[in-house]
Amino acid sequence: MQALTIVVDAITYASWLFIVSLGLTLVFGVLKILNIAHGSVYALGAYAAASFVALALALGLAPGFALVAMLLAAAAVAVVVGPLLERALLARFYGRDEVLLLLVTYALFLMLEDVTKLVWGVNPYFVSGPYQLFGNLALPGGIRVIGYDLLLIVLAVVCGVTTWFGLNRTRGGKIVLAVIHNPEMSASMGVNVQRVYMVAFSIGVFLAALGGAFTAPMISVQPGLSVSVIVVSFAVVIIGGLSSIEGAAIGALVVGLARAASVHLAPDFELFSIYLVMAGVLIFRPEGLFQSVKARLI
Amino acid sequence: MPLVRSFAVAVAIALVLAAGGLLAPKWLLFLATMSVSHGLAVLGIVVLMRGGGASFGQGMFFAIGAYVAASMPQTLGITDAVVRSLLGMIAAGVVAAVFAPMLARYRGIFFAMLTLALSMVLYGLLSKASAVGGTDGLTVAKPTLLGLVLTPGRADYLLFVLTVALSVLAAWAVVVYKNSVAGLLAQAVRANSLRVEYLGASSQRSLATSFVLCGLLGGLGGAITAQVLGHVEPDFTNWTTSGEFVFIAVLAGQQSVAAVFVASLLLEIVRSFSNLYFPNTWQLALGAFLLFVILFRPGGIGSLWAGRRKTVADTPAVPLQERRA
Repeated sequence: MQALTIVVDAITYASWLFIVSLGLTLVFGVLKILNIAHGSVYALGAYAAASFVALALALGLAPGFALVAMLLAAAAVAVVVGPLLERALLARFYGRDEVLLLLVTYALFLMLEDVTKLVWGVNPYFVSGPYQLFGNLALPGGIRVIGYDLLLIVLAVVCGVTTWFGLNRTRGGKIVLAVIHNPEMSASMGVNVQRVYMVAFSIGVFLAALGGAFTAPMISVQPGLSVSVIVVSFAVVIIGGLSSIEGAAIGALVVGLARAASVHLAPDFELFSIYLVMAGVLIFRPEGLFQSVKARLI
Repeated sequence: MPLVRSFAVAVAIALVLAAGGLLAPKWLLFLATMSVSHGLAVLGIVVLMRGGGASFGQGMFFAIGAYVAASMPQTLGITDAVVRSLLGMIAAGVVAAVFAPMLARYRGIFFAMLTLALSMVLYGLLSKASAVGGTDGLTVAKPTLLGLVLTPGRADYLLFVLTVALSVLAAWAVVVYKNSVAGLLAQAVRANSLRVEYLGASSQRSLATSFVLCGLLGGLGGAITAQVLGHVEPDFTNWTTSGEFVFIAVLAGQQSVAAVFVASLLLEIVRSFSNLYFPNTWQLALGAFLLFVILFRPGGIGSLWAGRRKTVADTPAVPLQERRA
């Protein structure tokens, strides 16, 4: 019975994680940037959702509109923050060393951390309204699943499928794949590479903000939100091999299982079970589970 | 001869700093001691970066050194500051040597992420281990120094002198290493590890050596910090601490060993003052500062006086053709 509880917990946690990691994967895949500021955007999404939901309540809209408000919050963050960061900042560093770009996003993380504090203050926000919208669901065996968690799972699947479809089955997606494969060649074929970068980054930002927005009802939204997300989602994408949607999904499930198992079986190990798994995977598969085949230097 | 000369320069710098410490007010003395001991950990990162690895987990060695130095009085009954510092350094070096062969197989982001993972595992262990105080950490017993009992009045100054002495010694060792065969080879590994392999040297072994040196320096920095601060906590190995070390390393650049300590002092001063006057925006200032340095001073503040020679340090850690592949 405990095994089933663990699996349910793992899937819920994994779906949340997948949404965030998908954005990280997309950004790394297209722009070759491992974005530390991704966690800050996640926090921005959570804060924006808190404000939007409170606004929806103040306007006297039906409780169901809270979900729309959360979606709008994520979109707003993506539209404002995405193009701004990419055009004004990251575009100056393309072609530089990967590790240097990691540092640029680290600087960005530091700055956004304080920007959120300046905009929203340091006091926690609570918007637990949407969390109770869906009630509970009783599974056979006496396990109760919170309806909102099921919504998260659905949302994760929708995000994953949409992104996959968009990349592999549409014209725009094919262009993005071409840019991933060879930016110079794409540019000479008439692709506006700069715009592809901007759009891809903004979609990545949107996914992070979406993850944050839909987490907001489950937690108290306060400073320090971004820090924990970054390291966990890093573990996911590294386990997954850094540039495939399938990899991110498997990575999220692996991390979700590791965390859920340790929460139930050995609570003391919760904090670092994730890293043990990540280190273990990297030892046996040096470039992640879904490593792409490429010429190695050594 | 350069060996003797650089040692003479090192001794001169140490003496000047020690004399300067006599004049400095107490707060500045503490600030300087902290930034020098943090600078040691950063020096480790600089050595590693020069050898082709970027670590996001330097906090691990920093914490190992700190916790070893902190637990010495209870476990082995050793109170002497010099012995505790060296033991902290050696412990971190041993741990680095254990993981070095494994880590040396990786490059770039994966290397950085694995070091991050290791440091976060240690963070988890330390936070949960009640024997070392869990998340609260440990209070560190005041050290003695070469048989002297450190009374509150002179403890600050004597610990400052010890920190300066050990750091200058370590910095000198790094300078010597940089110009040795192994040190020059490390630079070549960074520039093009494939070429190094073809020339008959092992780039993995070179990177492993850099990593162990990085660990030794991190451990020494942590051990000193623990004794000066009088407190150790798991946050020493949290990724934010490691990030800060990398921050200073970028700020300093790779051209000058002295720049590491200057950058460390600069950060410590900026942090203290902004903590005091604008507590809610100091990270904003820090981030903007880091971006500014990366954009306009890619060689770090060391390039201000070490000259803009076109060196291997200017070439990216990962050769271009590999990133394009």
